[in-house]
Amino acid sequence: MTSAVVQPVPRNFGRMMGRRARDWVPAIVIFVLGIGAWEGFVRGLDVQRFLLPPPSDILRTFWEQRDTLTSAGLFTFKEALGGFVIGSGAAVVAALVLARWRPLGDALMPYAIAANAVPIIAFAPITNNWFGILSPASKMVIAAVICFFPVMVNTLRGLTSVRPQSIELMRSYAAGEVEIFRRLRIPNSLPYVFTGLKVATVLAMIGAIVGDYFGGSQEALGIQIRRSAGIFAFEEAWAAIFVASVLGIAFYAAVALVERLVMSWHPSARGSRTE
Amino acid sequence: MNDQAAVVSLHGVTKDFARGGVRALQEIDLEVRPREFVSLIGPSGCGKSTLLRVIGDLVEPTSGEVVVNGKSAHQARLERDYGIVFQDAVLYDWRTAAKNISLPLELLGWDRARRTERVREMVELVELAGFEQHHPWQLSGGMQQRVAIARALSFDPPLLLMDEPFGALDEMTRERMNMEVLRIWEESGSTIVFVTHSIAEAVFLSTRVFVMSPRPGRITGVVDVDLAQPRNAETREQERFFELVTEVRELLRAGEGDGARVGEEVSS
Amino acid sequence: MLRRGLTLVAVLAALWGLWEGYRAFGVAVGLTWPFEVNNRTMPHIHDMIGQLFEPSRRNGPLLIEVLGKASLFTAKEAAVGFALGAGVGFLLAVVLVHSMLLQRGFLPYIVASQTVPILAIAPMVVVWLGGRGLPGWFSVSVIAAYLTFFPVTINALRGLQSADPRAHELMDSYAASRWTVLWKLRVPASLPYLFAAFKIAATASIVGAIIGELPASIQDGLGGAILNFNQYYASSPESLWATNIIAALVGIAFFLAVVLAERLVVRRAPENLA
Repeated sequence: MTSAVVQPVPRNFGRMMGRRARDWVPAIVIFVLGIGAWEGFVRGLDVQRFLLPPPSDILRTFWEQRDTLTSAGLFTFKEALGGFVIGSGAAVVAALVLARWRPLGDALMPYAIAANAVPIIAFAPITNNWFGILSPASKMVIAAVICFFPVMVNTLRGLTSVRPQSIELMRSYAAGEVEIFRRLRIPNSLPYVFTGLKVATVLAMIGAIVGDYFGGSQEALGIQIRRSAGIFAFEEAWAAIFVASVLGIAFYAAVALVERLVMSWHPSARGSRTE
Repeated sequence: MNDQAAVVSLHGVTKDFARGGVRALQEIDLEVRPREFVSLIGPSGCGKSTLLRVIGDLVEPTSGEVVVNGKSAHQARLERDYGIVFQDAVLYDWRTAAKNISLPLELLGWDRARRTERVREMVELVELAGFEQHHPWQLSGGMQQRVAIARALSFDPPLLLMDEPFGALDEMTRERMNMEVLRIWEESGSTIVFVTHSIAEAVFLSTRVFVMSPRPGRITGVVDVDLAQPRNAETREQERFFELVTEVRELLRAGEGDGARVGEEVSS
Repeated sequence: MLRRGLTLVAVLAALWGLWEGYRAFGVAVGLTWPFEVNNRTMPHIHDMIGQLFEPSRRNGPLLIEVLGKASLFTAKEAAVGFALGAGVGFLLAVVLVHSMLLQRGFLPYIVASQTVPILAIAPMVVVWLGGRGLPGWFSVSVIAAYLTFFPVTINALRGLQSADPRAHELMDSYAASRWTVLWKLRVPASLPYLFAAFKIAATASIVGAIIGELPASIQDGLGGAILNFNQYYASSPESLWATNIIAALVGIAFFLAVVLAERLVVRRAPENLA
């Protein structure tokens, strides 16, 4: 048998990591250079120090205030997480419903896409009035609505982007709609769902933090940033932003990790392959 | 001659597609007897793929009668009387080869032990032992098609429908797969309806070849292939093989001309 | 065409029905969870729309006039920001597509930049640019640009790389220069991706503009209007709701503008949907 067969992804962990590490070198170099330049530029030229403090000062301020900042970070993260779960959960359910009743789904898809264009954040004052300005629920609702449409649109697309021949195959097995969903549409949609979820993590964090701009609890990160900036204590503001960033990246990475585990079969998880 | 009931029988089947007002099939009459290997050949647009799908109840005819395994095509599909193989292997990326093969068995509600056993048999039948745990993207085109064939036969259907399954493969792999299909045909005892573009393939594989022509799609001739069984590499070099290929080719040519010259008779 | 119109009417009617239905139910039952339902929390929709034609304050211009002006103001900020962000994003992608090294070096930060809540550093941007003598609304545009450049860069990069390798080989066989390849092959291939990004960016620039107005203390735009009517929520909830409806319409209008542009510029093969 001379047909070419591709080896499964090598189990050689070390070799895989080696290749990966090499890919990251340019990014690490840029990071080091960037931080170094930032530090040097700001200190050396004493430029805009009060607006853009050197990284060392930011880290120092973060360390000094780590208790307040981490608790604020967790408070806001809970709002974001709650919104993410509610919004994405509802979105997946909605997508399943719309994929099942296609005429409805096809008719509503453009509206879902348009609804995504509405600046949801503008509704923060209203949710504040509904749930109380201090309640995390008001920000959670905003985050949930922001997450809903991207996840729904992506999931719906994943459920319906199936090759006609795959459907014919299932029909040749006299499979009913439920079976087609279970064995074809849902597994097919997973890459799309995770794309939507990753976008949603970022949106949920932003929704939670920016929702605070219209008013919120003192314990929330957004309020702290606004307050610090308002009194020109920019080191504190940047330290809070640093926390927000780290949380956002961690959230995104967590979802990406789950994606890797669930979809180990996906082409993007392959190591090297020849086609 | 075999006087058992035909596995597939079509009478006066016509198919019009509303979109574009195309008559894909006109008054198709054909019969396929048990254990036959029948090919449908014709140029693009002659309706051969549509005809295959009519047999499989994946496309509804505008008029005419379709009987498969003694029942209506619809009933036959619901009772899973046939397996189908497409030009694209249409395997599911998220399943291993073994799990792809067991897909119809899962739908039929077979228990795990029975499924595992049958998958093992099928893997041996298509000679893919050692590759069951691979994912589709780890297999070559020919191997993917073998998985597709194994999947189509896994539940022992009396009829196998194949829509240009080797069209995407290179010539050498294709000839090898031709031998594979013949071997599988013999071992499984099924009836096969095979759609192809290749005259040589049609003659090599079949017991009968139906020649079709387009605009509107219809059968313009039938060629009985009386080459000795089992077929092998030498069959392709026999004189009778070339005679049959020529016969099919001339039928095709006559069919093509037919579309331009309305009213002239076709010699068969 | 008729079907589209009917669907639109049906959707609007359904939304209206859901709102009024939930409201009627909530009032009748005395619902307090998730929130209390009354005239203040859920005004009638016809009241909200009616409010547009009332004076925004005593003896002042009609609300709809005020909001119309505010919308134009914010739309201008957003449009400038969109143009700036899209331009920078596209340029960045063009530079990156020609160097794998630069890509590996900078992409992680471009991605990470979006996790920094720019709206968080909006106050700083406003102070900085204000110190340089630039008008307040420009700071808002800069913030909108920041939100725009990311989707444009990522999608443009993917789009510029999306052409079939064989098409590239054809160009090589003509000994085409990099510039020619860029403009004759890469850019046309990237158009669908660009428009996908523009659709996201359109919304992002409006959001950026509205929120950016808050730390910049700009009164003339929609952000200012929202803050303003938020203060009067107790006495006139309909005004805030009307403002939000207008803001939603502006967002949708921006989005539709991009969709229209796409229809005119790009002809796509139909998606494979089953």
